[in-house]
Amino acid sequence: MTQRILVLLAHPARRRSRANAALRRAAEGIADVTLHDLYEAYPDFLIDVDREQALLLRHDVIVFQHPVYWYSCPAILKEWQDLVLEHGFAYGRAGTALAGKALLSAVTAGGSEPAYGPEGLNRHSLVEFLRPFEATARLCRMRWLPPFILHGTHLLDEAALARHATAYRALLEGLRDGPAGARPAPPQHAHGGA
Amino acid sequence: MGGGLLAEAFVYLCAAVAAVPIARRLGLGSVLGYLLAGVAIGPHGLRLAGEPERVMHFAEFGVVMMLFLVGLELRPARLWAMRGPVLGAGGLQVGLTALAIAGIGLAFGFDWRMALAAGLILAMSSTAIALQILAERGLLRTGGGETSFAVLLFQDVAVIPILTVLPLLAVAPAAGAEAAHGHGGGWIDSLPPWGQALAVLGAVAAVVLGGRLLTRPAFRMIAETRLREIFTASALLLVVGITLLMQAVGLSPALGAFLAGVVLADSEFRHELESDIEPFKGLLLGLFFLSVGAGIDFAQVAEAPLTVAGLVLLLVAVKAAVLAGLGLAARRPRPEVLLTAMVLSQGGEFAFVLLAFSVQNGVMPPAEASLLVSVVALSMAVTPLLMLGHGRLADRLASAALPPEPDAIEPQGSVVIAGFGRFGQIVGRLLLAQGHAVTVLDHDMETIEQLRRFGFRVFYGDASRPELLHAAGAGEAALVVVATDAKETTDSIVGTVRRHFPQAQLLARATDRVHAYELMEAGAHLVVRETFGSALEMGVEALRRLGMPAYEAERAGRIFRRHDLRVLERLAALRGSDDGSYSLAMREASEQLVAVLERDRARGRTALDDGWDTGSLVEEARQRAAERDAAASG
Repeated sequence: MTQRILVLLAHPARRRSRANAALRRAAEGIADVTLHDLYEAYPDFLIDVDREQALLLRHDVIVFQHPVYWYSCPAILKEWQDLVLEHGFAYGRAGTALAGKALLSAVTAGGSEPAYGPEGLNRHSLVEFLRPFEATARLCRMRWLPPFILHGTHLLDEAALARHATAYRALLEGLRDGPAGARPAPPQHAHGGA
Repeated sequence: MGGGLLAEAFVYLCAAVAAVPIARRLGLGSVLGYLLAGVAIGPHGLRLAGEPERVMHFAEFGVVMMLFLVGLELRPARLWAMRGPVLGAGGLQVGLTALAIAGIGLAFGFDWRMALAAGLILAMSSTAIALQILAERGLLRTGGGETSFAVLLFQDVAVIPILTVLPLLAVAPAAGAEAAHGHGGGWIDSLPPWGQALAVLGAVAAVVLGGRLLTRPAFRMIAETRLREIFTASALLLVVGITLLMQAVGLSPALGAFLAGVVLADSEFRHELESDIEPFKGLLLGLFFLSVGAGIDFAQVAEAPLTVAGLVLLLVAVKAAVLAGLGLAARRPRPEVLLTAMVLSQGGEFAFVLLAFSVQNGVMPPAEASLLVSVVALSMAVTPLLMLGHGRLADRLASAALPPEPDAIEPQGSVVIAGFGRFGQIVGRLLLAQGHAVTVLDHDMETIEQLRRFGFRVFYGDASRPELLHAAGAGEAALVVVATDAKETTDSIVGTVRRHFPQAQLLARATDRVHAYELMEAGAHLVVRETFGSALEMGVEALRRLGMPAYEAERAGRIFRRHDLRVLERLAALRGSDDGSYSLAMREASEQLVAVLERDRARGRTALDDGWDTGSLVEEARQRAAERDAAASG
């Protein structure tokens, strides 16, 4: 059964984005995939909660696509979580609206994968840093999918970027066509500078 | 001879250097300075200058250069846009002036042929004097300046048919039919009429195609040599070559040079060419004016001073009257009419050529022709004097109800802002700060003067006139922002822009809600109510002073704004269908607002978004605790 996908884009400076823009382009124009640019829709951060909840109800897979800022997401996506994932809607006894849907984090990071290793500058892997999102998915009774991670974006050349963008597109198409895997697959890493 | 030439140059330069700065200091303008200096060194002054006619013939080349420079400033598209004024104003000016002067001639009892010849000859105005005066005063790009230029352009073209017609008006057998006139070349006269036409077309085509295809690569090559003087030499070569070519086919060299200038107007060498030719033009034009001054035959004037003075005044009056009549009939603004009438009121340098030609062809006896030469020369001296009074007169006319002529505008950006008062300035400053090219139109002279002083590009004009908007680049603009104050003005501009420039996104300032609906219906893409934003800002500040935390107050304002804009859009859609649904919806909307406000209060959404509202969460936690307790005790 076709899964409808909602990609929530959060990049505050689109014109300066390279890696995230490439992923965005890869996600454009896929059937049953809705792109929703939060900074474009709410330049004043005044998130329309009713509209956002209605959008969530119409989709089966929710994707948070954003660059990694301070080991987390850009501010508007946090604001979005604070307001849209209401008690009684997304969690709590009566909050079952998102139950059974899937959540995917698709993130780009400037640092290389070793920098996110145990000996690296950041000490922890991005999978670890994304735990709050994983917990959010669990609280909302959503399935947490292995995140799509693009490391080392500063050093990626155009060809490598195009390869990763294609992989991202294939991932989205796969999620749309197959029932999203019940078994957790290993995280889908993409390596920069390779 | 070398010493003679240098001595002559010394005299002319001395006169110019001495007289022109003094004339400028006295506010007389450089043209009058040159003319007076010419009189001073001429045969009737200090007798320092020999053969002013020969010098004048050489100096006429300055006029050719001037037209080349004028052409450089005029892109082909702009020239094409001027075709109306050139044919209309120019044609009527030459025709009516010629007839008026011929009529006066008949009234004085001259033969009709001679009268008509004099009319045609005197209808010409002086390109050199008019353009020099206009340029000196920065009036070339004004409406009056452009009309004057259009008329002069037509006169340049008209010289050719006049040269053809003049021999037909001969009253006596031609004195020297073989002695070719100053303009026409020898060989072309031997061709059959169709051959002549072909030669003329060929020459024009050579200038246009040569300018397009050959000069650019040639100039590029020359520029690569980095020899500055060779570039200057080739620029001069171009102008001289065109002059010779045009003379060979009997066309006006000035016209040919103008054409070449237009062809090169959008080449990358335009500014280079301008700065190279400019000094030569300036010197030669000065020389031309000097020789006109020196050439005035004061002996003849002294013989019949009243006749000469009367004729000069009559000539100036008739020419000015015809131009003024044309301008008023075309309903041009009065200051513009005044400018055109004054600046074109003299006889032209072509008159000298045509008078000599008339004598050769037996159209006019030498005595009369010589008298007219003096009259034309003196009429040239009258123009700078007239212009002394022009400024004050124009000001008086301008303040008399009629708005001054709008500035001519070089399109320079993708955004046009109409109205640059309290509202437009904020829009414009933001766009400019972000590096956008903005063209601003306003009709408040004071605002414009102030803003220009601060370096803004602001132009005067009534932005509801399509041609002004077009000149401002509305045809290519991505955005047109209508920020005018008065409702009627805004409506009119919005209508014009939608009709003539549908490609532009149209952003309009509305006075109130109802006006906003009207503007939406008129096709504005975005309508902003002028006081909405600031009133909201004040409301938010009021909430804060009532004790609401800043961020909550800010959000309450934003939510209010969103709601209000949605209602506005919904009602605008309904308003068109005038079947009562609008007033119904209006009531519904106010009911809806009440409902929203009530819901806001109930759920606290204006103040506290639900995501931050812990009420239900606390409730559930208590419930769970109670259940746990019940299970423990049970």
